[in-house]
Amino acid sequence: MKKKLKGWLYLLPAILFLSIFMIYPLIDVLIYSFEEGYNFASQTHNGIGLYNYSYVLHDTYFLQALKNTFILVIITVPLSTGTALLIAMALSSIKKLRELFQTVFFLPYVTNTLAVGLVFMILFKKTAYSDGMINLLIKLFGGEAVDFIDGPYWAKMLVLCIYTVWIVMPFKILILTGALASVKDDYYKAAKIDSTPAWRVFTRITLPMISPMIFYLVITGFIGAFKAYSDAVALFGTDLNVAGMNTIVGYIYDMLYGNSGGYPSYASAAALILFCIVLTITCINLMVSKKSVVKGV
Amino acid sequence: MKSKKICKILGKIGKYAFLGFWAIIVLFPFYWMILSSLKGYSAYNSEYIPKFFTTNPTFENYSSAFTTVSLGRYFFNTIVFAVITTAVMLVVITLAAFAFARLEFKGKNIVFTLFLSLMMIPNELIIITNFVTITDLGLRNTFTGLVLPSITSIFYIYLLKENFEQIPDNLYKAAKVDGTSDFKYLLRVMIPICKPTMITITILKIIECWNSYVWPRLITDDSDYYLVSNGIQEIRENGFGRENIPAMMAAVVVISVPLIILFFVFRKQIMTGVQKSGTKG
Amino acid sequence: MKVVLDKLCKRFPNRDKKIKTEVIAVDNFTFEIPDGTLVGLLGPSGCGKSTTLNLISGLEKPTSGRVFFGDTDVTDMSPEDRCVGLVFQNYALYPHLTVRQNIMFPLQNFKGEKKLTKEVMFEKALEAAKLVQIDMLMERKPNELSGGQQQRVAIARALVKEPKVLLLDEPLSNLDARLRLQTREEIRRIQRETKVTTIFVTHDQEEAMSISDIIVVMKDGVVHQIGKPQDVYDDPINLFVAKFLGTPPINVFKGKVKNHMIYIGNSAILKADKIDDREVYVGIRPEGFVLNDEGELTLDLKGLEVMGRDTTIVSTHECCENVEIRSIVSAETVIYPNMEKVKFSVKPLKTFLFDAETGDRIYFGRQEKRTYEEA
Repeated sequence: MKKKLKGWLYLLPAILFLSIFMIYPLIDVLIYSFEEGYNFASQTHNGIGLYNYSYVLHDTYFLQALKNTFILVIITVPLSTGTALLIAMALSSIKKLRELFQTVFFLPYVTNTLAVGLVFMILFKKTAYSDGMINLLIKLFGGEAVDFIDGPYWAKMLVLCIYTVWIVMPFKILILTGALASVKDDYYKAAKIDSTPAWRVFTRITLPMISPMIFYLVITGFIGAFKAYSDAVALFGTDLNVAGMNTIVGYIYDMLYGNSGGYPSYASAAALILFCIVLTITCINLMVSKKSVVKGV
Repeated sequence: MKSKKICKILGKIGKYAFLGFWAIIVLFPFYWMILSSLKGYSAYNSEYIPKFFTTNPTFENYSSAFTTVSLGRYFFNTIVFAVITTAVMLVVITLAAFAFARLEFKGKNIVFTLFLSLMMIPNELIIITNFVTITDLGLRNTFTGLVLPSITSIFYIYLLKENFEQIPDNLYKAAKVDGTSDFKYLLRVMIPICKPTMITITILKIIECWNSYVWPRLITDDSDYYLVSNGIQEIRENGFGRENIPAMMAAVVVISVPLIILFFVFRKQIMTGVQKSGTKG
Repeated sequence: MKVVLDKLCKRFPNRDKKIKTEVIAVDNFTFEIPDGTLVGLLGPSGCGKSTTLNLISGLEKPTSGRVFFGDTDVTDMSPEDRCVGLVFQNYALYPHLTVRQNIMFPLQNFKGEKKLTKEVMFEKALEAAKLVQIDMLMERKPNELSGGQQQRVAIARALVKEPKVLLLDEPLSNLDARLRLQTREEIRRIQRETKVTTIFVTHDQEEAMSISDIIVVMKDGVVHQIGKPQDVYDDPINLFVAKFLGTPPINVFKGKVKNHMIYIGNSAILKADKIDDREVYVGIRPEGFVLNDEGELTLDLKGLEVMGRDTTIVSTHECCENVEIRSIVSAETVIYPNMEKVKFSVKPLKTFLFDAETGDRIYFGRQEKRTYEEA
């Protein structure tokens, strides 16, 4: 009896905090999302129903955010995973300077997203005083200067994608380099003895061996990209709706707080919609990966 | 034979060029922020075509970063926030991991499974209620409000539990026979043995705290309680005046430097820690 | 301190939860260990010897039965209250502490009146270290020591609190052959010096035989035989014990008793009065063969192993259960390796009969069942 209690005693702090700040909110967010006309000040509501969902789904800001997020996901996930794979492979095949490159490539992971985002903004921004670094390069190759921060939609989206890729690369490179290193040397030796051509070694040995990791990165990449927010804030400021660059998570926070805030019901509905999207995509991903990932290696 | 050799050398050059190119992309923003922070206000604004170097670097931007805006305050807040959060979290997760790894009690496996399933819950779902809870408790613009929701991490409990379980059973038996209490065993044997993991967790948590933006933004609107991330956003929007970019860059450098130093000191732990979190989580 | 085990039983639920039956680790173990003896618990792996040790140390609670230290019933006492020292196969030293800190660790747990000052602890640790001859390694960490040294530290740590009983769980298994010999002498010496009642577990019969005052042979949770090593070897109670003790192992033949004669194949090797006709196993110790041109037993010669002091004759026989029959004869014996057959007669006291079904010993001739009241 005493022993049984002891276990629970050690767990008590964790359970306490998790219940208050995780389990209760999880139930509560569901309740919020169905309470119609919730008033934050008086904490009252006037009915139960699906109105919050319908409001969110018809809100132009939300639809804009949805569109932005999807574009961001579709561009950045394959791009970053592919580039990371190339870099990881190049890294694994060299000896000199390898450690140095690895260290350098990991740097973005330990930087403050908001702070470095500011640097990106300055690099891409076109002001009255200066066209900015990037535009200088574009002009050097004979292009036209564009304001990437306050300019056309595609330009803003491009910067957001570039910054997102820059931010997520360290993690992916690290994981893939680790995965490549874990492929046993024996396989390569065997392939060499059979004088297998390099591309065949890659498609028949390397790729299948690390495919679980690639799929893992794709799944987490999707989840992460769907939750994009602070990189957008870093580039375009807190008022993302005005910039037309809001993301779903940004929409949730705007509904909750700030100038447009005070609507936890709408925020909850949007959060649950996001959760459903992420869940669906993750499930699809898992199904695809189960079919194509080589098991047992 | 000769052509094969040339091919090999060309391939090698290609690889290094590719890696070098990416290294430039990674490093360039860092270079640019340091460079810009060293340029004088007028010098910077007079460069229609930005220069890649500066002939007369100035440190006045750094002093104005601390005087014109309360960067020092943000810094202090972030350090307090990171230290409190990490310290309390370490206590909570160590106790929980110990219970899961070492103690036997009914319902342990059910609770652990429940914990693991909670790991999949995205932050966005729960942050709404947490915001309301903290607001209702009147804890906005306090350190308590900032710290409370982030002092448990199921993932770190999991990581530590795995590590604890690697300690041979016989060590526990030996300690039991010698009359060591469970708590003393945890303090004097388990924690010292798992020190590397504890250090990794500590560093990763500090990085997380240093970079946290969303929750602090929701919970603080008094600039006395801003953390660096919110501070930088504040500086950007209301700080030096939109055009004083060199001063802004100085603030960015100041904010980035502590983490980069931390990274260079604990490079191995951080990278293996992140790798572990990637492959296991 | 004498240790008494009274009808000790330990059952575990089956690991595969679908199977309802329990695993019986220790079955009805009754034994009184006299004060100051060195007892070897011997048996193949999984026979319940380690569980027995854990029951004595208190790390596990028996399903039924009692454990006494002296006249005190310690069955319900926790391990720390029993005052036992425990040494593990893989030493279980705290890797982050120095040798000194490791040895001092148990002392720092003393509470109340027993609490020691730093100086006393220091002295006691040094004393224990001197006993196992590692006092020059006090400031090293465990990973800077060899396996043998680590095991000495573990023994010192177990002895430092002056335990009533010292328990060693496979203390030599992780050491290489040479260190094993050395360390087992060391254990014997330390036990003699401290006179602490010591129980150690091993699966190596040679180890158990060489240093124990008493050995306990176990299998599947059941105690098969308890006695002085030589007595158990000379007079095994059943086929399992006979097979388990001795290197090279006993040679076992399928045989039968007919007309009061013991037959292996068609050769009658010994008389067996008073025994009715039945199927039996015949066990003959390697030293039980005597080369004899008129011998009753004819074996197919396979080869010779000359060891210097003596010679092992390797041969086969169709009725033999072992792959090869090993018989040890003195080195002066002349045998030509090109011979195809060798003839032996056998020594009656080195030959044992066992029931073909149960494996129980059948006593014949001058042999009789002895009971060992006081081992």
